[in-house]
Amino acid sequence: MSVLESTATELLAELAAGNVSAAELTQTYLAQIEDHDEAIGAFLNVDAERALTQAEAIDTRRRAGAKLGLLAGLPVAVKDVLCTKGWTTTCGSRMLEHFVPPYDATVISKLKAADAVLIGKTNMDEFAMGGSTENSAFKRTHNPWALDRTPGGSSGGAAACVASNMAPLSIGTDTGGSIRQPAAFCGVTGMKPTYGRVSRYGLVAFASSLDQAGPLARTAEDVALLLEAIAGHDPLDSTSANVSTPSYTATVREPLAGLRLGVAREHFGDGLDREVDAAVREAIKVFESQGASVHEISLPHSKYAIATYYIIAPCEASSNLARYDGVHYGYRTDEKEMLAELAEERKALEAAGDRARLDALDSSLVRMYRETRSEGFGAEVKRRVMLGSYALSAGYYDAYYVKALKVRRLIREDYDAAFKDVDLIIGPTTATAAFKLGEMNEDPLTMYLQDLYTVSANLAGIAAISVPCGITGSGLPIGLQLQAAPFEEEKLLRAAHMFQRATDWHTRRPG
Amino acid sequence: MGLTRDEVAKVSLLARLRFSDEELDTLTTQLGQVVEYVRQLEELDTESVLPMAHVEDNHNIFADDLPRPSLNREDALANAPKRDDECYRVPAVLGD
Amino acid sequence: MNDKPYEIIIGLEVHVQLQTQSKLFCRCSTTFGQPPNTQTCPVCIGMPGALPVMNRRAFELALKTAVALNLDIPAFTKWDRKNYFYPDLPKGYQISQFDLPMSQHGWLEISDPKGAFEPKRVRITRAHLEDDAGKSMHDEAAGKSDSRIDLNRTGTPLLEIVSEPDIRSPQEAKAYLTELKLLLTYLGVSDCNMQEGSLRVDGNLNLHIDTPEGRIATPIAEVKNMNSFRAVERAMAYEAQRQCEVWRENKIKLGDKPGGHKTTRGWDDTQQVTIKQREKEESSDYRYFPDPDLLPVIVTAEEVEQVRASLGELPAAMRTRLETTYGIDPYDSDVLVNQGRELVVYYEELATASGDGRRASNWVQQDVLRTLNESQTSISEFSVSAAALADLLKAIKAGDLDNTRSKDVFDEMVRSGRTAGDAMATLGIEKVDASDAESLCRELLEANPKIVEDLKAGKMKAVGSLIGQAKQKNPNVNPGQFKDMCLKIVESM
Repeated sequence: MSVLESTATELLAELAAGNVSAAELTQTYLAQIEDHDEAIGAFLNVDAERALTQAEAIDTRRRAGAKLGLLAGLPVAVKDVLCTKGWTTTCGSRMLEHFVPPYDATVISKLKAADAVLIGKTNMDEFAMGGSTENSAFKRTHNPWALDRTPGGSSGGAAACVASNMAPLSIGTDTGGSIRQPAAFCGVTGMKPTYGRVSRYGLVAFASSLDQAGPLARTAEDVALLLEAIAGHDPLDSTSANVSTPSYTATVREPLAGLRLGVAREHFGDGLDREVDAAVREAIKVFESQGASVHEISLPHSKYAIATYYIIAPCEASSNLARYDGVHYGYRTDEKEMLAELAEERKALEAAGDRARLDALDSSLVRMYRETRSEGFGAEVKRRVMLGSYALSAGYYDAYYVKALKVRRLIREDYDAAFKDVDLIIGPTTATAAFKLGEMNEDPLTMYLQDLYTVSANLAGIAAISVPCGITGSGLPIGLQLQAAPFEEEKLLRAAHMFQRATDWHTRRPG
Repeated sequence: MGLTRDEVAKVSLLARLRFSDEELDTLTTQLGQVVEYVRQLEELDTESVLPMAHVEDNHNIFADDLPRPSLNREDALANAPKRDDECYRVPAVLGD
Repeated sequence: MNDKPYEIIIGLEVHVQLQTQSKLFCRCSTTFGQPPNTQTCPVCIGMPGALPVMNRRAFELALKTAVALNLDIPAFTKWDRKNYFYPDLPKGYQISQFDLPMSQHGWLEISDPKGAFEPKRVRITRAHLEDDAGKSMHDEAAGKSDSRIDLNRTGTPLLEIVSEPDIRSPQEAKAYLTELKLLLTYLGVSDCNMQEGSLRVDGNLNLHIDTPEGRIATPIAEVKNMNSFRAVERAMAYEAQRQCEVWRENKIKLGDKPGGHKTTRGWDDTQQVTIKQREKEESSDYRYFPDPDLLPVIVTAEEVEQVRASLGELPAAMRTRLETTYGIDPYDSDVLVNQGRELVVYYEELATASGDGRRASNWVQQDVLRTLNESQTSISEFSVSAAALADLLKAIKAGDLDNTRSKDVFDEMVRSGRTAGDAMATLGIEKVDASDAESLCRELLEANPKIVEDLKAGKMKAVGSLIGQAKQKNPNVNPGQFKDMCLKIVESM
């Protein structure tokens, strides 16, 4: 059997049977990274020594007959937005280039407790803001299916490393589609769990009421495995749901009898690529052939989702990112240079006798903040911080933020109504397959509109998964999105598995 | 009411960011477009809708008042861009 | 007060540190005075990814205080982020409460036992729970050097209590603070130590002035950095005088442009003046919004009633009860109650056991408090039990010993911790038998015919010499009783 061709679930059996050791497995993936990541750019940080030490420790414990965790010996890649104790966590930002957290995110603690091998930290759009991973301060990630195309984002590295066999499992985060869209673009399976299902403690916040970590893998079975390892109530996260975690691995292979699928007419409107449309309709037939019924539903407020999202997310982000001010950690501007420049400005204003501008001149502390943040953040982050600061500022709060929170409720109520009649909502993950790198650079609004099908799940806090469901004529993967009511991940996984038993899209690998 | 360059400049101080004149122009245009787009929400009547700040209905989440060990000082200060043995250091807060 | 050409309008904002073991949103210790930056963690440093979880005890203490301040407790409350940049605020926002605070619309009654102002209710706008910032230390001497930041205090629970502008004089301001501090102490929610910053006060003050064009208001000044109640009283008095002078000079009213906006001033305790603080136009745009990391808190009416029932007797009610039960004056009940609940318990035991509330009140206020002050101890450590002191008071009332001797007995009781009877025996004090006293009296009258003559002539002062002689012969003679006896015998002579 070839390690790189295997799913995580298969590898786990091999590990348990002693046919392969965790160290060998880790070596194999490290070699694969060594060979391919220069071209792909999925990883920001690979620590071979750390990974091998971890793997060897697991092997030793296995030989000693110790009881091992759920992921015993499986390499897992982690998006560089989750804090890892003693291991640089950059969030793809110059601001945190040298930030070494003194603590582990709960997801990381759970992975360690499950005896996973942390193989590397993956590239992402800076602070998870973006849909192409081009907003990383450090490097571009290329789509393994076509190197001139984006892997999607913000979890571009997380999806690309699985698609190019550099890790069997990886953790991403999803605030408006950041797991599902890259999963669709890279031809892998990726889930955004229900808000509250996976702890956010140690997940560096972008938009706190929308952020959720989740698994990316090749198959629904593997996603079930990884979700089971990271899900669960966390007393360190007030928004973590105090519900028990089902054994997803135990039920994922059970088909859903009498599955009722909802098809929202809003998901098939203008702008949907014809090939994507066809692939999704084909996928619906695959479910029908297994006994599922299809019902037309409506999500009337979904057309407002992007507008709602691009108020709420930037508002929360503007506040979440205030802590990056060059005082307690992270980047700080060159102080001498900054002070010299400020002194010069003052001198010039004094010479000109410009009282008003002299009064308005920054103090050295304020200038330190402004320079630090302007140099430490990239353009997209600054844009969103500006947008959020504006929308929350005096006089605008009700018109933008409160209004958006109200529409958010309407969006959630659409879903609540729909899930009375159907088990899952089926549709495209994205309107098109992966676009070209550089294509969206100069037009933020067009970029924002890409999130059309994914943001609603975050606004409503529900669970959703993207599964490969086709390949375009030009050889790019297409993603199918399934959405479920809160805490119905089990249904999503079982339905996704049903689909993957009947199709082989998820087994396709880039050329 | 579009977004004016003056407003953008004011917000940049509020957000502790600093832009060149050219950047301010670009931002005014880009943010203006987004603001224009999100204002489509105005067409919805939300008079009787309650704002939804959290997707969950949960409430009263507390922890018990039991002190736990803090970080040791070296770990706490390790990431500081400027520090001494005890404290973080910043340009004078009372300065001009 | 009405002779002043203006009326002073004051509202106070008080920040009280709640007495919890751990911080509001993390479990770092709140112990005061530890070395800098030794009580911090990812949560209170505002490290990327860290999340707050609210301290249950902090909320309970806040709720208890709010109920005691007669505030309404809404069923639903939430926390908001107050966004601003400052080096001692590592998250870049304070977690506070904006539009739906945990309590609002209450009052605190204040009065002055000496009658400096009429008793009144100061309305309380709201009280809400928020986290504290850290400490910026600046070495002024070093001029433009860095500021140093200590985050030990960051995240300590604070209750902000905001009054309506109902306070009309610096004296009332001080009385409000004194009464508030007393209440908080009775509730056990805060140690209210101003030196350690457990209680901080900001005052908003302006003047209403009658002018020929009608009543006008001067621009409001918020005065900060007042580190004692005395400082508050002085700062408010100074600021009122200053605003009056400024008004005479520039005639700028509240809301006028330019110059009529609210300003911030700091109290300089050495110079005894308020000094204008630098401000920026944008500094007050805090961009409040609900903190997505924290969920709301719901309090039921039953829970509020449970809290109310658990409060125990509060100072105002206690004063009234002491006055009616023991027949003491408001001034006395005020002194007793202001000493705290334990002393009142002692007093009540003493008053009941001795059967004389007024005498008990005098003894507690004078001898007991003096002794406690001199020895720097509290009533719980006091060596004389209320029952023992009651025996002494009964002996005095029965005329068994005089005032001077009773002080000797009291001192002996304090010294030895023994009962009144034992202390009297040690000092050789015993009651003089009535017939012994009478024979002594007759003996002395016979030996002092001049004094008898004087007394018959109505020169009552002469009796003093007789008492002196009697005390020499028998120190246990009760001067009062002896005097009465002499006068009676002389009358019958």
